[in-house]
Amino acid sequence: MEGKVLEISNLNAYYAGGLAVLKNVTMNFSAKKVTAVMGPSGCGKSTLIRCLNRMHEMNSGARTEGLIKLLGEDIYLINPIMLRRKIGMVFQRPNPFPTMSIYNNVIAGFKLNSIKKSKVELDRIVEDSLRSAALWEEVKDKLHKKGTFLSGGQQQRLCIARALAMNPDVLLLDEPTSALDPKSTMHIEELIVELKKEVAIILVTHNIAQAGRVSDYTAFLYLGELVEFGTTEKLFTVPEDKRTEEYLTGKFG
Amino acid sequence: MKEKDNLSVNIAKDKIFLAFVIIFSILSIVPLILILYYIFIRGLPVINWSFLTTISPSPQGEIEIAQEGLRVGGVANAIVGTLLIVLVGALIAIPFGIAVGIFLAEHKNSKIANITRVAVDMIQGIPSIIFGIVVSLWIVRTTKTFSGISGSVALALMMLPLVIKSTEETIKLIPNSIKEAGLALGTPYYRVVMRLIIPSGISGIVTGILMGVARIMGETAPLLFTSFGSRFLNTNLFKPMEALPTLIYKNSMSPNTNLIVNSWGASAILVIFVLVLNILTKMVVNKWKVKF
Repeated sequence: MEGKVLEISNLNAYYAGGLAVLKNVTMNFSAKKVTAVMGPSGCGKSTLIRCLNRMHEMNSGARTEGLIKLLGEDIYLINPIMLRRKIGMVFQRPNPFPTMSIYNNVIAGFKLNSIKKSKVELDRIVEDSLRSAALWEEVKDKLHKKGTFLSGGQQQRLCIARALAMNPDVLLLDEPTSALDPKSTMHIEELIVELKKEVAIILVTHNIAQAGRVSDYTAFLYLGELVEFGTTEKLFTVPEDKRTEEYLTGKFG
Repeated sequence: MKEKDNLSVNIAKDKIFLAFVIIFSILSIVPLILILYYIFIRGLPVINWSFLTTISPSPQGEIEIAQEGLRVGGVANAIVGTLLIVLVGALIAIPFGIAVGIFLAEHKNSKIANITRVAVDMIQGIPSIIFGIVVSLWIVRTTKTFSGISGSVALALMMLPLVIKSTEETIKLIPNSIKEAGLALGTPYYRVVMRLIIPSGISGIVTGILMGVARIMGETAPLLFTSFGSRFLNTNLFKPMEALPTLIYKNSMSPNTNLIVNSWGASAILVIFVLVLNILTKMVVNKWKVKF
Protein backbone atom coordinates (compact mmCIF):
# COMPACT_ATOMS: atom_id res chain seq x y z
CA MET A 1 0.00 0.00 0.00
CA GLU A 2 2.97 2.26 0.53
CA GLY A 3 2.98 5.27 -1.81
CA LYS A 4 -0.46 4.65 -3.25
CA VAL A 5 -2.54 7.81 -3.43
CA LEU A 6 -5.52 6.56 -5.31
CA GLU A 7 -6.79 3.03 -5.67
CA ILE A 8 -9.47 2.17 -8.15
CA SER A 9 -11.13 -1.21 -8.07
CA ASN A 10 -13.72 -2.55 -10.51
CA LEU A 11 -14.78 0.89 -11.65
CA ASN A 12 -17.66 1.05 -14.12
CA ALA A 13 -18.94 4.39 -15.36
CA TYR A 14 -22.11 5.07 -17.30
CA TYR A 15 -23.67 8.02 -19.02
CA ALA A 16 -27.38 8.74 -19.35
CA GLY A 17 -29.17 5.85 -21.01
CA GLY A 18 -26.86 3.26 -19.48
CA LEU A 19 -24.05 3.74 -21.99
CA ALA A 20 -20.98 2.20 -20.37
CA VAL A 21 -17.78 4.18 -20.88
CA LEU A 22 -15.55 2.46 -18.35
CA LYS A 23 -15.60 -1.27 -17.86
CA ASN A 24 -14.20 -2.86 -14.77
CA VAL A 25 -11.13 -0.68 -14.44
CA THR A 26 -8.76 -1.55 -11.60
CA MET A 27 -5.55 0.39 -11.09
CA ASN A 28 -3.53 2.35 -8.54
CA PHE A 29 -1.86 5.71 -8.72
CA SER A 30 1.41 6.33 -6.89
CA ALA A 31 2.45 9.35 -4.88
CA LYS A 32 5.13 11.60 -6.34
CA LYS A 33 4.83 9.98 -9.75
CA VAL A 34 3.34 10.99 -13.06
CA THR A 35 0.84 8.50 -14.39
CA ALA A 36 -0.22 8.97 -17.99
CA VAL A 37 -3.58 7.73 -19.19
CA MET A 38 -3.57 7.41 -22.94
CA GLY A 39 -5.83 6.01 -25.59
CA PRO A 40 -7.77 7.02 -28.68
CA SER A 41 -10.62 9.55 -28.54
CA GLY A 42 -13.69 8.23 -26.79
CA CYS A 43 -11.84 5.50 -24.90
CA GLY A 44 -12.99 6.88 -21.55
CA LYS A 45 -9.76 8.44 -20.36
CA SER A 46 -11.34 11.78 -19.48
CA THR A 47 -14.25 10.00 -17.85
CA LEU A 48 -11.76 8.02 -15.75
CA ILE A 49 -10.19 11.10 -14.19
CA ARG A 50 -13.54 12.85 -13.91
CA CYS A 51 -14.66 9.92 -11.76
CA LEU A 52 -11.72 10.54 -9.46
CA ASN A 53 -12.90 14.01 -8.40
CA ARG A 54 -16.55 13.09 -8.85
CA MET A 55 -17.07 15.58 -11.67
CA HIS A 56 -18.50 12.71 -13.70
CA GLU A 57 -21.66 12.78 -11.60
CA MET A 58 -22.32 16.36 -12.64
CA ASN A 59 -23.59 15.12 -16.01
CA SER A 60 -27.25 14.33 -15.68
CA GLY A 61 -27.93 10.61 -15.72
CA ALA A 62 -24.27 9.71 -15.22
CA ARG A 63 -23.36 7.16 -12.56
CA THR A 64 -20.51 4.96 -11.42
CA GLU A 65 -20.02 1.58 -9.78
CA GLY A 66 -16.97 0.29 -7.98
CA LEU A 67 -14.62 1.57 -5.35
CA ILE A 68 -12.19 4.48 -5.42
CA LYS A 69 -10.04 5.24 -2.41
CA LEU A 70 -8.08 8.42 -1.78
CA LEU A 71 -5.33 7.70 0.74
CA GLY A 72 -7.36 4.73 1.94
CA GLU A 73 -10.64 6.62 2.25
CA ASP A 74 -13.64 5.80 0.06
CA ILE A 75 -14.20 8.94 -2.05
CA TYR A 76 -17.93 8.31 -2.22
CA LEU A 77 -18.04 8.82 1.54
CA ILE A 78 -16.25 12.16 1.26
CA ASN A 79 -18.33 15.23 0.41
CA PRO A 80 -17.55 16.03 -3.26
CA ILE A 81 -16.78 19.61 -2.28
CA MET A 82 -14.06 18.49 0.15
CA LEU A 83 -12.86 15.83 -2.26
CA ARG A 84 -12.33 18.36 -5.04
CA ARG A 85 -10.18 20.47 -2.75
CA LYS A 86 -7.90 17.47 -2.28
CA ILE A 87 -7.86 16.51 -5.95
CA GLY A 88 -7.09 19.46 -8.20
CA MET A 89 -8.00 19.49 -11.86
CA VAL A 90 -6.72 21.30 -14.95
CA PHE A 91 -8.80 21.20 -18.12
CA GLN A 92 -8.16 20.89 -21.84
CA ARG A 93 -8.70 24.55 -22.56
CA PRO A 94 -7.19 27.12 -20.23
CA ASN A 95 -10.10 28.50 -18.21
CA PRO A 96 -8.95 31.28 -15.89
CA PHE A 97 -11.87 33.13 -14.34
CA PRO A 98 -12.47 36.09 -16.68
CA THR A 99 -13.67 38.43 -13.95
CA MET A 100 -10.64 37.95 -11.72
CA SER A 101 -7.08 39.26 -11.63
CA ILE A 102 -4.13 36.88 -11.81
CA TYR A 103 -3.76 37.18 -8.04
CA ASN A 104 -7.41 36.38 -7.38
CA ASN A 105 -7.39 33.55 -9.90
CA VAL A 106 -4.65 31.80 -7.93
CA ILE A 107 -6.51 32.09 -4.65
CA ALA A 108 -9.92 31.54 -6.26
CA GLY A 109 -10.35 28.31 -4.32
CA PHE A 110 -10.26 30.29 -1.07
CA LYS A 111 -12.07 33.35 -2.36
CA LEU A 112 -14.99 31.44 -3.87
CA ASN A 113 -15.46 29.51 -0.68
CA SER A 114 -14.93 32.48 1.64
CA ILE A 115 -12.08 30.70 3.40
CA LYS A 116 -10.49 33.48 5.43
CA LYS A 117 -6.75 33.89 5.26
CA SER A 118 -4.52 36.80 6.21
CA LYS A 119 -3.11 39.01 3.47
CA VAL A 120 0.41 37.82 4.27
CA GLU A 121 -0.64 34.20 3.98
CA LEU A 122 -2.47 34.83 0.71
CA ASP A 123 0.54 36.66 -0.71
CA ARG A 124 2.68 33.66 0.21
CA ILE A 125 0.25 31.17 -1.34
CA VAL A 126 0.08 33.21 -4.55
CA GLU A 127 3.86 33.47 -4.84
CA ASP A 128 4.48 29.81 -3.97
CA SER A 129 1.80 28.54 -6.34
CA LEU A 130 2.94 30.74 -9.20
CA ARG A 131 6.55 29.71 -8.60
CA SER A 132 5.54 26.06 -8.60
CA ALA A 133 3.69 26.65 -11.86
CA ALA A 134 6.79 28.38 -13.29
CA LEU A 135 4.80 31.52 -13.92
CA TRP A 136 5.98 33.83 -11.14
CA GLU A 137 8.79 35.54 -13.02
CA GLU A 138 6.51 36.36 -15.94
CA VAL A 139 3.62 37.80 -13.98
CA LYS A 140 5.03 39.11 -10.70
CA ASP A 141 4.70 42.73 -11.88
CA LYS A 142 1.13 42.41 -13.14
CA LEU A 143 -0.55 40.30 -10.49
CA HIS A 144 -3.57 42.57 -10.42
CA LYS A 145 -4.24 42.46 -14.13
CA LYS A 146 -6.89 40.18 -15.57
CA GLY A 147 -5.76 36.59 -16.08
CA THR A 148 -7.35 36.48 -19.52
CA PHE A 149 -4.70 38.87 -20.92
CA LEU A 150 -2.05 36.15 -20.66
CA SER A 151 -1.06 33.89 -23.55
CA GLY A 152 -2.67 30.46 -23.82
CA GLY A 153 0.31 28.68 -22.27
CA GLN A 154 0.55 31.20 -19.45
CA GLN A 155 -3.19 30.88 -18.82
CA GLN A 156 -2.81 27.12 -18.54
CA ARG A 157 0.03 27.52 -16.04
CA LEU A 158 -2.17 29.98 -14.15
CA CYS A 159 -4.82 27.26 -14.00
CA ILE A 160 -2.20 24.85 -12.67
CA ALA A 161 -1.20 27.43 -10.04
CA ARG A 162 -4.88 27.82 -9.12
CA ALA A 163 -5.16 24.07 -8.57
CA LEU A 164 -1.87 23.94 -6.63
CA ALA A 165 -2.92 26.76 -4.31
CA MET A 166 -5.38 24.38 -2.65
CA ASN A 167 -2.42 22.12 -1.81
CA PRO A 168 -4.04 19.01 -3.30
CA ASP A 169 -2.88 15.41 -2.87
CA VAL A 170 -3.47 14.68 -6.54
CA LEU A 171 -3.43 16.84 -9.64
CA LEU A 172 -5.56 15.73 -12.58
CA LEU A 173 -4.49 17.09 -15.96
CA ASP A 174 -7.04 16.51 -18.71
CA GLU A 175 -5.08 16.90 -21.95
CA PRO A 176 -3.57 20.12 -20.63
CA THR A 177 -1.57 20.86 -23.76
CA SER A 178 -4.05 19.97 -26.48
CA ALA A 179 -4.97 23.61 -27.04
CA LEU A 180 -1.40 24.92 -26.84
CA ASP A 181 1.46 25.54 -29.26
CA PRO A 182 4.62 23.37 -29.14
CA LYS A 183 6.65 25.82 -27.08
CA SER A 184 3.96 26.22 -24.42
CA THR A 185 3.52 22.46 -24.48
CA MET A 186 7.21 22.03 -23.70
CA HIS A 187 6.93 24.44 -20.76
CA ILE A 188 3.99 22.52 -19.34
CA GLU A 189 5.76 19.17 -19.78
CA GLU A 190 8.85 20.44 -17.96
CA LEU A 191 6.56 21.74 -15.28
CA ILE A 192 4.84 18.36 -14.89
CA VAL A 193 8.17 16.63 -14.29
CA GLU A 194 9.07 19.31 -11.75
CA LEU A 195 5.71 19.14 -9.96
CA LYS A 196 5.73 15.43 -9.27
CA LYS A 197 8.08 16.12 -6.36
CA GLU A 198 5.13 17.70 -4.57
CA VAL A 199 2.00 16.03 -5.83
CA ALA A 200 0.82 12.89 -7.58
CA ILE A 201 -0.02 13.72 -11.19
CA ILE A 202 -2.47 11.95 -13.43
CA LEU A 203 -2.09 13.10 -17.00
CA VAL A 204 -4.64 12.29 -19.64
CA THR A 205 -3.21 12.61 -23.10
CA HIS A 206 -3.85 11.39 -26.61
CA ASN A 207 -0.28 12.25 -27.46
CA ILE A 208 1.76 9.05 -27.18
CA ALA A 209 5.08 10.91 -27.31
CA GLN A 210 4.01 13.13 -24.44
CA ALA A 211 3.15 10.13 -22.29
CA GLY A 212 6.57 8.70 -23.10
CA ARG A 213 8.37 11.93 -22.26
CA VAL A 214 6.90 12.83 -18.90
CA SER A 215 5.31 9.85 -17.21
CA ASP A 216 6.61 7.19 -14.84
CA TYR A 217 3.61 4.93 -15.31
CA THR A 218 1.34 4.62 -18.29
CA ALA A 219 -2.13 3.21 -18.60
CA PHE A 220 -3.58 2.36 -21.99
CA LEU A 221 -7.36 2.53 -22.23
CA TYR A 222 -9.25 1.22 -25.21
CA LEU A 223 -13.04 1.21 -25.58
CA GLY A 224 -13.47 1.72 -21.85
CA GLU A 225 -11.21 -1.17 -20.91
CA LEU A 226 -7.86 -0.88 -19.18
CA VAL A 227 -5.79 -2.81 -21.69
CA GLU A 228 -2.42 -2.42 -20.07
CA PHE A 229 -0.92 -0.61 -17.11
CA GLY A 230 2.72 -0.56 -16.07
CA THR A 231 5.88 1.49 -15.93
CA THR A 232 6.17 3.72 -18.94
CA GLU A 233 9.51 2.17 -19.81
CA LYS A 234 8.08 -1.32 -19.94
CA LEU A 235 4.85 -0.39 -21.69
CA PHE A 236 6.68 1.50 -24.39
CA THR A 237 9.41 -1.09 -24.97
CA VAL A 238 7.84 -4.47 -24.35
CA PRO A 239 4.07 -4.08 -24.34
CA GLU A 240 2.27 -7.22 -23.26
CA ASP A 241 -0.94 -6.68 -25.15
CA LYS A 242 -1.11 -6.73 -28.91
CA ARG A 243 -3.50 -3.75 -28.94
CA THR A 244 -1.02 -1.64 -26.97
CA GLU A 245 1.67 -2.42 -29.46
CA GLU A 246 -0.61 -1.58 -32.38
CA TYR A 247 -1.63 1.70 -30.74
CA LEU A 248 1.96 2.67 -30.01
CA THR A 249 3.04 1.93 -33.55
CA GLY A 250 0.18 3.95 -34.93
CA LYS A 251 -1.91 1.15 -36.41
CA PHE A 252 -5.01 2.79 -34.93
CA GLY A 253 -5.67 5.84 -32.83
CA MET B 1 -19.75 42.45 -74.29
CA LYS B 2 -22.90 41.10 -72.68
CA GLU B 3 -21.06 40.31 -69.49
CA LYS B 4 -19.81 43.84 -69.23
CA ASP B 5 -23.33 45.19 -69.56
CA ASN B 6 -24.53 42.94 -66.79
CA LEU B 7 -21.78 44.21 -64.61
CA SER B 8 -22.65 47.84 -65.09
CA VAL B 9 -26.31 47.06 -64.44
CA ASN B 10 -25.38 45.25 -61.26
CA ILE B 11 -23.19 48.10 -60.12
CA ALA B 12 -26.06 50.50 -60.73
CA LYS B 13 -28.44 48.23 -58.80
CA ASP B 14 -25.93 48.08 -56.01
CA LYS B 15 -25.90 51.86 -55.77
CA ILE B 16 -29.69 52.08 -55.79
CA PHE B 17 -29.85 49.43 -53.10
CA LEU B 18 -27.36 51.32 -50.96
CA ALA B 19 -29.27 54.55 -51.48
CA PHE B 20 -32.48 52.89 -50.29
CA VAL B 21 -30.81 51.49 -47.23
CA ILE B 22 -29.42 54.90 -46.31
CA ILE B 23 -32.68 56.71 -46.99
CA PHE B 24 -34.73 54.32 -44.87
CA SER B 25 -32.20 54.44 -42.06
CA ILE B 26 -32.46 58.21 -42.02
CA LEU B 27 -36.24 58.09 -42.26
CA SER B 28 -36.42 55.85 -39.22
CA ILE B 29 -34.67 58.50 -37.15
CA VAL B 30 -37.11 61.22 -38.22
CA PRO B 31 -40.00 60.27 -35.91
CA LEU B 32 -37.64 60.14 -32.92
CA ILE B 33 -36.26 63.58 -33.75
CA LEU B 34 -39.76 65.00 -34.23
CA ILE B 35 -40.99 63.56 -30.94
CA LEU B 36 -37.99 64.86 -29.04
CA TYR B 37 -38.27 68.22 -30.79
CA TYR B 38 -41.90 68.80 -29.84
CA ILE B 39 -41.53 67.55 -26.32
CA PHE B 40 -38.41 69.53 -25.60
CA ILE B 41 -39.65 72.71 -27.29
CA ARG B 42 -42.80 72.67 -25.17
CA GLY B 43 -41.54 70.86 -22.09
CA LEU B 44 -38.05 72.15 -21.37
CA PRO B 45 -39.02 75.82 -20.85
CA VAL B 46 -41.41 74.70 -18.11
CA ILE B 47 -38.80 72.80 -16.17
CA ASN B 48 -37.09 74.64 -13.35
CA TRP B 49 -36.39 73.98 -9.69
CA SER B 50 -39.90 74.76 -8.52
CA PHE B 51 -41.34 72.48 -11.23
CA LEU B 52 -39.33 69.63 -9.75
CA THR B 53 -40.23 70.40 -6.15
CA THR B 54 -43.89 71.41 -6.12
CA ILE B 55 -47.04 69.48 -6.92
CA SER B 56 -49.71 69.86 -9.61
CA PRO B 57 -51.61 73.16 -9.49
CA SER B 58 -55.34 73.48 -9.19
CA PRO B 59 -56.98 73.96 -12.58
CA GLN B 60 -57.13 77.55 -13.87
CA GLY B 61 -59.70 78.92 -16.29
CA GLU B 62 -58.96 81.68 -18.81
CA ILE B 63 -60.05 84.39 -16.40
CA GLU B 64 -57.90 83.14 -13.57
CA ILE B 65 -54.92 82.92 -15.88
CA ALA B 66 -55.54 86.50 -16.96
CA GLN B 67 -55.80 87.60 -13.34
CA GLU B 68 -53.12 85.53 -11.63
CA GLY B 69 -50.83 84.53 -14.46
CA LEU B 70 -50.25 80.94 -15.54
CA ARG B 71 -49.65 78.64 -12.57
CA VAL B 72 -47.87 75.61 -13.98
CA GLY B 73 -47.09 74.10 -10.60
CA GLY B 74 -44.82 71.08 -10.54
CA VAL B 75 -44.62 67.32 -10.72
CA ALA B 76 -42.72 66.45 -7.55
CA ASN B 77 -45.45 63.99 -6.53
CA ALA B 78 -45.23 62.19 -9.88
CA ILE B 79 -41.42 62.04 -9.91
CA VAL B 80 -41.31 60.66 -6.39
CA GLY B 81 -44.12 58.24 -7.22
CA THR B 82 -42.54 57.01 -10.44
CA LEU B 83 -39.18 56.50 -8.78
CA LEU B 84 -40.69 54.63 -5.82
CA ILE B 85 -43.09 52.48 -7.85
CA VAL B 86 -40.44 51.59 -10.41
CA LEU B 87 -37.80 50.96 -7.73
CA VAL B 88 -40.02 48.57 -5.81
CA GLY B 89 -41.22 46.95 -9.04
CA ALA B 90 -37.61 46.41 -10.12
CA LEU B 91 -36.70 45.04 -6.68
CA ILE B 92 -39.46 42.46 -7.10
CA ALA B 93 -38.64 41.59 -10.71
CA ILE B 94 -34.82 41.45 -10.49
CA PRO B 95 -34.27 38.54 -8.06
CA PHE B 96 -37.20 36.65 -9.56
CA GLY B 97 -36.06 37.26 -13.12
CA ILE B 98 -32.41 36.41 -12.50
CA ALA B 99 -33.35 33.22 -10.67
CA VAL B 100 -35.68 32.07 -13.44
CA GLY B 101 -33.14 33.07 -16.11
CA ILE B 102 -30.42 31.02 -14.42
CA PHE B 103 -32.77 28.07 -14.12
CA LEU B 104 -33.71 28.22 -17.80
CA ALA B 105 -30.07 28.46 -18.89
CA GLU B 106 -28.87 25.70 -16.58
CA HIS B 107 -31.68 23.24 -17.28
CA LYS B 108 -32.18 23.96 -20.95
CA ASN B 109 -34.14 20.86 -21.83
CA SER B 110 -36.07 20.02 -18.69
CA LYS B 111 -39.83 19.93 -18.98
CA ILE B 112 -40.38 22.68 -16.42
CA ALA B 113 -37.93 24.90 -18.30
CA ASN B 114 -39.80 24.45 -21.56
CA ILE B 115 -43.14 25.23 -19.95
CA THR B 116 -41.62 28.24 -18.18
CA ARG B 117 -40.17 29.52 -21.44
CA VAL B 118 -43.57 29.39 -23.15
CA ALA B 119 -45.14 31.12 -20.17
CA VAL B 120 -42.54 33.88 -20.24
CA ASP B 121 -43.14 34.45 -23.95
CA MET B 122 -46.86 34.67 -23.30
CA ILE B 123 -46.43 37.17 -20.47
CA GLN B 124 -44.39 39.29 -22.85
CA GLY B 125 -47.25 39.31 -25.32
CA ILE B 126 -49.98 40.27 -22.88
CA PRO B 127 -51.25 43.85 -23.35
CA SER B 128 -50.13 46.04 -20.48
CA ILE B 129 -53.62 47.03 -19.41
CA ILE B 130 -54.36 43.40 -18.56
CA PHE B 131 -51.65 43.50 -15.91
CA GLY B 132 -53.37 46.52 -14.43
CA ILE B 133 -56.71 44.74 -14.30
CA VAL B 134 -55.31 41.48 -12.93
CA VAL B 135 -53.23 43.11 -10.22
CA SER B 136 -56.15 45.34 -9.41
CA LEU B 137 -58.22 42.22 -8.80
CA TRP B 138 -55.48 40.64 -6.71
CA ILE B 139 -54.38 43.54 -4.56
CA VAL B 140 -56.63 46.57 -4.92
CA ARG B 141 -59.77 44.45 -4.41
CA THR B 142 -58.35 42.65 -1.38
CA THR B 143 -56.84 45.71 0.31
CA LYS B 144 -59.79 47.89 -0.75
CA THR B 145 -57.51 50.76 -1.71
CA PHE B 146 -55.46 51.83 -4.70
CA SER B 147 -51.80 51.71 -3.75
CA GLY B 148 -48.32 52.37 -5.08
CA ILE B 149 -47.31 48.83 -4.22
CA SER B 150 -50.00 47.33 -6.44
CA GLY B 151 -48.61 49.48 -9.29
CA SER B 152 -45.16 48.08 -8.49
CA VAL B 153 -46.47 44.53 -8.74
CA ALA B 154 -48.11 45.22 -12.12
CA LEU B 155 -44.92 46.80 -13.45
CA ALA B 156 -42.80 43.98 -12.01
CA LEU B 157 -44.87 41.48 -14.01
CA MET B 158 -44.20 43.51 -17.14
CA MET B 159 -40.49 43.74 -16.44
CA LEU B 160 -40.06 40.09 -15.56
CA PRO B 161 -39.83 38.64 -19.10
CA LEU B 162 -37.12 41.13 -20.09
CA VAL B 163 -34.94 40.26 -17.10
CA ILE B 164 -35.54 36.52 -17.54
CA LYS B 165 -34.71 36.54 -21.24
CA SER B 166 -31.59 38.65 -20.98
CA THR B 167 -30.30 36.61 -18.03
CA GLU B 168 -30.97 33.33 -19.82
CA GLU B 169 -29.32 34.45 -23.05
CA THR B 170 -26.30 35.88 -21.23
CA ILE B 171 -25.72 32.82 -19.10
CA LYS B 172 -26.07 30.47 -22.05
CA LEU B 173 -23.08 32.25 -23.60
CA ILE B 174 -20.82 31.72 -20.59
CA PRO B 175 -18.53 28.79 -21.39
CA ASN B 176 -19.23 25.66 -19.40
CA SER B 177 -15.51 25.48 -18.64
CA ILE B 178 -15.84 28.41 -16.20
CA LYS B 179 -18.45 26.51 -14.24
CA GLU B 180 -16.40 23.31 -14.28
CA ALA B 181 -13.29 25.14 -13.12
CA GLY B 182 -15.24 26.49 -10.16
CA LEU B 183 -16.71 23.12 -9.25
CA ALA B 184 -13.34 21.40 -9.60
CA LEU B 185 -11.92 23.79 -6.99
CA GLY B 186 -14.41 22.41 -4.48
CA THR B 187 -16.90 25.24 -4.73
CA PRO B 188 -20.54 24.46 -3.97
CA TYR B 189 -22.90 24.97 -6.89
CA TYR B 190 -24.69 27.98 -5.41
CA ARG B 191 -21.40 29.79 -4.94
CA VAL B 192 -20.40 28.96 -8.51
CA VAL B 193 -23.62 30.63 -9.61
CA MET B 194 -23.34 33.63 -7.31
CA ARG B 195 -19.62 34.29 -7.60
CA LEU B 196 -18.69 33.07 -11.08
CA ILE B 197 -21.68 32.84 -13.37
CA ILE B 198 -23.51 36.01 -12.38
CA PRO B 199 -20.35 38.20 -12.33
CA SER B 200 -19.33 36.80 -15.72
CA GLY B 201 -22.70 37.69 -17.17
CA ILE B 202 -23.19 40.93 -15.28
CA SER B 203 -23.18 43.15 -18.36
CA GLY B 204 -26.02 41.24 -20.02
CA ILE B 205 -28.01 40.95 -16.81
CA VAL B 206 -27.69 44.64 -15.96
CA THR B 207 -28.56 45.53 -19.55
CA GLY B 208 -31.76 43.52 -19.24
CA ILE B 209 -32.58 45.22 -15.96
CA LEU B 210 -32.02 48.73 -17.34
CA MET B 211 -34.04 47.95 -20.46
CA GLY B 212 -36.80 46.60 -18.26
CA VAL B 213 -36.77 49.71 -16.07
CA ALA B 214 -36.85 51.95 -19.13
CA ARG B 215 -39.77 49.93 -20.42
CA ILE B 216 -41.92 50.09 -17.28
CA MET B 217 -41.09 53.67 -16.40
CA GLY B 218 -43.32 54.98 -19.15
CA GLU B 219 -46.18 52.53 -18.69
CA THR B 220 -49.54 54.13 -18.03
CA ALA B 221 -52.11 51.40 -18.41
CA PRO B 222 -50.94 49.07 -15.61
CA LEU B 223 -51.00 51.98 -13.17
CA LEU B 224 -54.50 53.26 -13.97
CA PHE B 225 -56.22 50.59 -11.88
CA THR B 226 -53.48 50.09 -9.33
CA SER B 227 -51.53 53.10 -8.09
CA PHE B 228 -54.27 55.28 -9.62
CA GLY B 229 -52.69 58.66 -8.91
CA SER B 230 -52.79 61.28 -6.23
CA ARG B 231 -52.66 65.04 -6.32
CA PHE B 232 -50.48 65.07 -3.23
CA LEU B 233 -46.86 64.23 -2.57
CA ASN B 234 -47.06 60.77 -1.06
CA THR B 235 -44.27 58.41 -0.10
CA ASN B 236 -46.50 55.76 1.43
CA LEU B 237 -46.58 52.81 -0.96
CA PHE B 238 -49.81 51.58 0.55
CA LYS B 239 -51.69 54.69 -0.52
CA PRO B 240 -52.64 55.85 -4.02
CA MET B 241 -49.63 57.37 -5.69
CA GLU B 242 -49.05 59.61 -8.70
CA ALA B 243 -46.61 58.59 -11.42
CA LEU B 244 -45.36 60.60 -14.40
CA PRO B 245 -47.34 58.65 -17.03
CA THR B 246 -50.62 58.82 -15.10
CA LEU B 247 -50.08 62.52 -14.44
CA ILE B 248 -49.45 63.15 -18.13
CA TYR B 249 -52.50 61.09 -19.04
CA LYS B 250 -54.80 63.07 -16.77
CA ASN B 251 -53.39 66.57 -17.16
CA SER B 252 -52.99 66.44 -20.91
CA MET B 253 -56.70 65.62 -21.30
CA SER B 254 -57.80 68.45 -19.05
CA PRO B 255 -59.33 71.55 -20.65
CA ASN B 256 -57.18 73.78 -18.46
CA THR B 257 -54.17 75.36 -20.15
CA ASN B 258 -52.04 75.33 -17.01
CA LEU B 259 -52.48 71.58 -16.56
CA ILE B 260 -51.65 70.93 -20.22
CA VAL B 261 -48.46 72.94 -19.91
CA ASN B 262 -47.71 71.01 -16.73
CA SER B 263 -48.05 67.71 -18.61
CA TRP B 264 -45.63 68.90 -21.35
CA GLY B 265 -43.02 69.48 -18.69
CA ALA B 266 -43.77 66.06 -17.18
CA SER B 267 -43.41 64.45 -20.62
CA ALA B 268 -40.01 66.05 -21.09
CA ILE B 269 -38.86 64.72 -17.71
CA LEU B 270 -40.13 61.22 -18.48
CA VAL B 271 -38.41 61.23 -21.87
CA ILE B 272 -35.17 62.40 -20.28
CA PHE B 273 -35.37 59.58 -17.71
CA VAL B 274 -35.86 56.99 -20.44
CA LEU B 275 -33.13 58.45 -22.65
CA VAL B 276 -30.66 58.45 -19.77
CA LEU B 277 -31.52 54.82 -19.03
CA ASN B 278 -30.95 53.87 -22.65
CA ILE B 279 -27.60 55.62 -22.75
CA LEU B 280 -26.63 53.95 -19.48
CA THR B 281 -27.54 50.59 -21.00
CA LYS B 282 -25.20 51.18 -23.91
CA MET B 283 -22.42 52.21 -21.55
CA VAL B 284 -22.88 49.15 -19.36
CA VAL B 285 -22.72 46.83 -22.37
CA ASN B 286 -19.41 48.31 -23.47
CA LYS B 287 -17.83 48.79 -20.10
CA TRP B 288 -18.74 45.63 -18.17
CA LYS B 289 -18.44 43.18 -21.00
CA VAL B 290 -16.43 40.17 -19.81
CA LYS B 291 -14.11 38.62 -22.36
CA PHE B 292 -13.65 34.86 -22.21
